[in-house]
Amino acid sequence: MRVLVIEDDQETAAFLKRALKESGHVAEYAADGQAGLDLARTSAYDVLIVDRMLPKCDGLSVIKALRTEEIRTPALILSALGEVDDRVKGLRAGGDDYLTKPYAFSELLARIEALARRTSPEEGSTRFVVGDLVLDRLSHKVTRAGEAIVLQPREFRLLEYLMKHAGQVVTRTMLLENVWDYHFDPQTNVIDVHISRLRSKIDKSFGNPLLHTVRGAGYTIRDSAH
Amino acid sequence: MTALTKLFRTTTFRLSLTYLALFSAAAVVAVFYIYWNTTVLLSRQLNQTIDAELKGLAEQYRAGGLDQLVRIVAERSQTPGNSLYLVADKEGKQLAGNLSAVSPQLWDSLGPVEFVYSRPALGGVERRLAFANVFRLPGGYRLIVGRDIEDRRELARLIRTTMLWGLGVMALVGIGGGYWVSRRILTRIDGLSATTRTIMAGDLTGRLPLSGSGDELDRLSESLNLMLARIEQLMAGLREVSDNIAHDLKTPLNRLRNRVEEALREPYDETAYRETLERTIEEADGLIKTFNALLSIARLEAGAGGENRGKLDMAALVRDVAELYEPVAEERGIALRSEVPEPIVIHGDRQLLGQAIANLIDNALKYGAPSGEGGNGWAPEVEVRAQASGGVAQIVVSDRGPGVPAPERARVLGRFVRLEASRSEPGSGLGLSLVAAVARLHGGSLRLEDNEPGLRVVLALPMEGDALVNGVVTEPPAGADLRPT
Repeated sequence: MRVLVIEDDQETAAFLKRALKESGHVAEYAADGQAGLDLARTSAYDVLIVDRMLPKCDGLSVIKALRTEEIRTPALILSALGEVDDRVKGLRAGGDDYLTKPYAFSELLARIEALARRTSPEEGSTRFVVGDLVLDRLSHKVTRAGEAIVLQPREFRLLEYLMKHAGQVVTRTMLLENVWDYHFDPQTNVIDVHISRLRSKIDKSFGNPLLHTVRGAGYTIRDSAH
Repeated sequence: MTALTKLFRTTTFRLSLTYLALFSAAAVVAVFYIYWNTTVLLSRQLNQTIDAELKGLAEQYRAGGLDQLVRIVAERSQTPGNSLYLVADKEGKQLAGNLSAVSPQLWDSLGPVEFVYSRPALGGVERRLAFANVFRLPGGYRLIVGRDIEDRRELARLIRTTMLWGLGVMALVGIGGGYWVSRRILTRIDGLSATTRTIMAGDLTGRLPLSGSGDELDRLSESLNLMLARIEQLMAGLREVSDNIAHDLKTPLNRLRNRVEEALREPYDETAYRETLERTIEEADGLIKTFNALLSIARLEAGAGGENRGKLDMAALVRDVAELYEPVAEERGIALRSEVPEPIVIHGDRQLLGQAIANLIDNALKYGAPSGEGGNGWAPEVEVRAQASGGVAQIVVSDRGPGVPAPERARVLGRFVRLEASRSEPGSGLGLSLVAAVARLHGGSLRLEDNEPGLRVVLALPMEGDALVNGVVTEPPAGADLRPT
């Protein structure tokens, strides 16, 4: 995956470049808004990581400019401003996701991988399959090894989101934001409990567990038998 | 600027002058009108009486000729009064009457005329104004009938003088009054600005003086005092926060630093290093959370945020959040019941209200378990209710825990305040402060009540969209207080 990091802090940029490389991605970086805009215009990237406050041309203007030129590369906005209002402004400017500083790298990685996947054809498919687990988005039915599993509406949406991002790491915050549409910290690890409930329904009576915990990051659903 | 120019520049003084000018103009017009009318009326009366007298004399003349006229005139001239008569031959020689020397001008004129005549008076002759009608008789004779109008002229002069004096006095009183009123108001305004300056200089306890008359300046001062109270409250909050930050943020920072320092000093193996680093990250995450919560509260209390308000169904939101916590409650062996009968539509920020409800439920689950030896005889239970009545939406979260003693309810409102009993549970002591801030931003309030036993927290929000006040003071009602999270 080719990532463009537009970030004015040298150290942060260097850290991101290194960490992205270790995760198997190629990262390039621009130190100000104008340079970032030029790079994003001329070469193809899978994801942009844009700091909100940049010299010369701020992050939101960079994204706005790209969107008016019909360049739709998914963009993640990084910002020290963490209020819901700021997030809404960021998304209105054409950003696809918003992450508040300070952040965990695992969170950033999970989010850009999810963003890059958004452009893939799986997005619109009506059936998700992971191993012998099948989720039908039209009939709202879930089966594992042909056996029907009854899920609550919220559990269904949780599983749907996980399966849409099958093989990728999904963080707790991403789940809270995308499944519940809550952009605040619920204090207790409520997501973990929801996951363990879901797990008991889809994994418990089957030999091969599909829903895995990724330590320090979140969860992923994948068929580890293959 | 001298005190006097300052005074002249006051609005009151300028208004006084304007009123004075307008009033004077009106007075001049009125007096002039009266004067003019009076003069006209008097002249007409004079003309009429003179005409009538002339007519009478003419009849006498027709009846008895010149002799009878002379006789009658001589007779009438004897009666004292203002009447003036003269009958003279063509040389101007007086035949009868009390008017002696007559100017040739008068002599040659015909009809009504005004003239000056001389009259013997004490110590000489005085010249007086008269009005007369000159009538020519056959044979060059003249009959003059007139009235002394010197008194009338005197009256007119008197009216004029009175009018001038009146206007003068009025102007003096007007200017003086304006000066006095302006001075009075200026003194009060000066008092207000002096107080404002001391307050600006840093003494936030200062309040504007009230005269007690309840006038517009008093009302303005009252509003400003309310504003000052709010500012003082905010400043106190700010000070309190900085104190709290010093304590509650520096302590974990210090812990974090000690741990890293120790790891550097001691010869650790890789696993130990790893563990230290992981715990450091955990501690940092905790700090970030606390920091975020503090910033949110500060922003909300400053009236910022909540720009994404819209119509939302409070009941659905309560149900939704309760559902989010339901598995946690089950895991902790607490029955979480939500009673949300019908939709309650309010105007609010879904994220902020969601967070507020989440904090309340989270609190109840953390601290609401029956405590003491074998509990207090109640089953662990948390109830969430949403109800609407009288334009107010209420979200009530009640538990069967130890509750908060009434005297403590006032204290736990503050940031970072945690009751001793809850120290063992993780939390920052900011949860309820945030709920209170969200409530205030939505023009609502937060109340703590006794659930007998347990704690009942009531979040009340106005249902009308226009009742929402952005950042306006709603004093926390007495006893309304918050428990730490």
